[in-house]
Amino acid sequence: MTLLAKPWIWAWGAAALTFALTIGLTSGRGAGELAYAALSFGAFAAIVGLGQMLVITLGPGNVDLSIPATMTLAATLALKAMGSMPGTALLGLAIALAVGFGAGLTNYLLILLLRLPPIIATLAASLIYQSLAIWSNRGLRIKPPEALADFATGRFFGVPNVAWVGLGLAVLVWIALERSVWGRWLLATGQNMRAARLAGVPVERVRASTYLAVSVFAGLAGYLLASFSGGAALNMGAEYLLMSIAVVVIGGTSIAGGNSNVPGVWGAALFMFLVISMLNSYGAAAGLKNVLTGAIVIAIVIAASTRKGRK
Amino acid sequence: MTDQAPAPIVTLTEAKKHFGPVRALDGVTLAIEPGDCIGLVGHNGAGKSTLVNLINGGISPSAGSIKFDQGDDALSAGVRSVFQELSLCPNLTVAENLRISHHELKGFGWRRPARAEIRASLDEIFPDHGIDADTEVDTLSIAERQMVEIAIAFAPRGTEARLVILDEPTSALDAGIAGQLIAHVKRFCADGGAVIFISHMLGEVFDVASRITVLKDGKIVAESLAEDFTREALVDAMGHVAAQEAETSGALQSFGPEVVRTPQGLAAREGEIVGLSGLAGHGQAAALAQLFLSRSSAWRSSKSPDVVFVAGDRQRDGVLPLWSILKNISISILKQGSRFGLVDTNVEANAASDWKARIGIRTEDTNNPVLSLSGGNQQKVLFARALASTAPIVVMDDPMRGVDIGTKQDAYSMLRSEAARGRTFLWYSTETEEACQCDRVFVFRNGVISAELTGADITEEKILEASFEMQQAS
Repeated sequence: MTLLAKPWIWAWGAAALTFALTIGLTSGRGAGELAYAALSFGAFAAIVGLGQMLVITLGPGNVDLSIPATMTLAATLALKAMGSMPGTALLGLAIALAVGFGAGLTNYLLILLLRLPPIIATLAASLIYQSLAIWSNRGLRIKPPEALADFATGRFFGVPNVAWVGLGLAVLVWIALERSVWGRWLLATGQNMRAARLAGVPVERVRASTYLAVSVFAGLAGYLLASFSGGAALNMGAEYLLMSIAVVVIGGTSIAGGNSNVPGVWGAALFMFLVISMLNSYGAAAGLKNVLTGAIVIAIVIAASTRKGRK
Repeated sequence: MTDQAPAPIVTLTEAKKHFGPVRALDGVTLAIEPGDCIGLVGHNGAGKSTLVNLINGGISPSAGSIKFDQGDDALSAGVRSVFQELSLCPNLTVAENLRISHHELKGFGWRRPARAEIRASLDEIFPDHGIDADTEVDTLSIAERQMVEIAIAFAPRGTEARLVILDEPTSALDAGIAGQLIAHVKRFCADGGAVIFISHMLGEVFDVASRITVLKDGKIVAESLAEDFTREALVDAMGHVAAQEAETSGALQSFGPEVVRTPQGLAAREGEIVGLSGLAGHGQAAALAQLFLSRSSAWRSSKSPDVVFVAGDRQRDGVLPLWSILKNISISILKQGSRFGLVDTNVEANAASDWKARIGIRTEDTNNPVLSLSGGNQQKVLFARALASTAPIVVMDDPMRGVDIGTKQDAYSMLRSEAARGRTFLWYSTETEEACQCDRVFVFRNGVISAELTGADITEEKILEASFEMQQAS
């Protein structure tokens, strides 16, 4: 298989091109800063995108729309528990992950027991999570413990710490998908759930674990984002609803299910950040920026999918 | 109509229909005149559906001709069909469903005449039906839907119904309603209409048909006035006369303890090949799926599963289309040799190459996509998937459908040798010949087991007898 046939090449190519176009404007100055920012902000999109990718791989109709609310709730409760006290970072992390776990369990039970379509179930549940966040937050903005804030904004070998977390998670997901029994089960379920069940795949266990994974990832992303930006805010997750789906699709994962693409998610996450900053540096107005972002995303998806169709 | 021979509504001359190498219909000559009520009988795959589809214009013949007395096509000749698979739109009302095939109803206020027309038709065929023309179809019972479908077929719809094809029209109806339909068919034919009546209830066929036509292997093998047939003669005509293969081992074979027993009565012993037979769609596939699902879990998986499944509907139940041959084979054995939840690629590669050789999958490399294989070879992949596991019970849902004869022979001998090693097979087949290869056969009719045959009793005739309702439809 040639390099061009890899579905993730489009996301990475587009990211590289936007990077070059932005840097071209400043004739090379600020390249390091731009790359650093892209890695920092891209990390959050990549983390939630990896979770969303697993759910989308489950097949048509599977998507988690509760990611923003889960992020907000996990961040709010974690920061409240830590109360800016030193040495509570791990406690906060545990709480954020537990909130994610609880949200995933709720989502899955709604889908399983009430037989709701995942879109409806996760959207409805997200209203509850958001309300819980509002109720427990009451407009307070609690700062993260200083050490945690330092970690979230710090770097290691020149790469942001949050990007290391995102990269580590990507490697884990890649191993799970490509090498583990569970990954095979997930990919088989996404291609044809009935056939997978008849082949002996425990499809409900696969579905449950996938909906748990996406919410735990969202909890982690919320925790890191709140620590990174100095506190939880009620709208902190808002942009990650579309972002999580966009990075999956641009990254080359099949929306029809059964086919995942881990490197593509990172490429697309970088690209999404770089497009905005490119349009910013060219001085585009807010409305035009949105239109252009949408148009570019559509163009990439079309380019990637026609490429696959021709093959 | 007078008694002098009227022109046939439809005339088929040496009509043939081939699907690739399969001769679904192999030269049928048939004329249907006004006043005829033809009972069409034959076993699965005899060509009944193909014949019906040729007459109603659903498909066109590969050779031969079809002529209508009025117009060029089935529609203008007044040919109507009622199918076994219900074809109403469930989200529309009864009257709206009539409109779909009634092109004269146009403009504002079309619902009123539609309501009146369907009501009149229902009243005529099924007095006291109790169906409101404004009910949405999905709130009706299966029987009521079938009644609506029949009423739509007989409704004038701007022209006139002259030949109505009824494919298993009574399978969803109770005896009283079926009687009303049969009475209507008789009236309709007496008034100069024609009907083709397909049913597995031989009593009904004798009751309603003026002529009976028997199809076998795409040809008409018997055709006569209904009173000239006896039930036995009819069953004989449908069956094969081909010489039975010499039984090789047979009677003396002994089996292990019973390993399957379902509430329905399906049973199997260790090392036994159990066949499920009867007409297609009479509950065999559902019984097997039920058995598989009840003995496996959607939550747990085991290194040595209890039961595995070989799909016959490859697209719906079997093939994982995005994957290679190798991954398709290994999906049921991933837990063998896995450590820390990771797949042991050596185990799966060995299983794939082992089974590629044993079952003869025609490919150079098992890493090729599974869709690069022909249908028969995809079926071999599904066999390999099931047999590569250690499961003692193998459930097969008509796995030889669309498989060439060479592959079939390979598969038969494979089954025999696996059974000799103590595996149990439950095998649903639409081909009676295949059922005759089993140690024990359960014949299904209307979702229940109508006969259990063993040893020398497993013959084409006995299976046919049990597949068709022999009692009078009362």
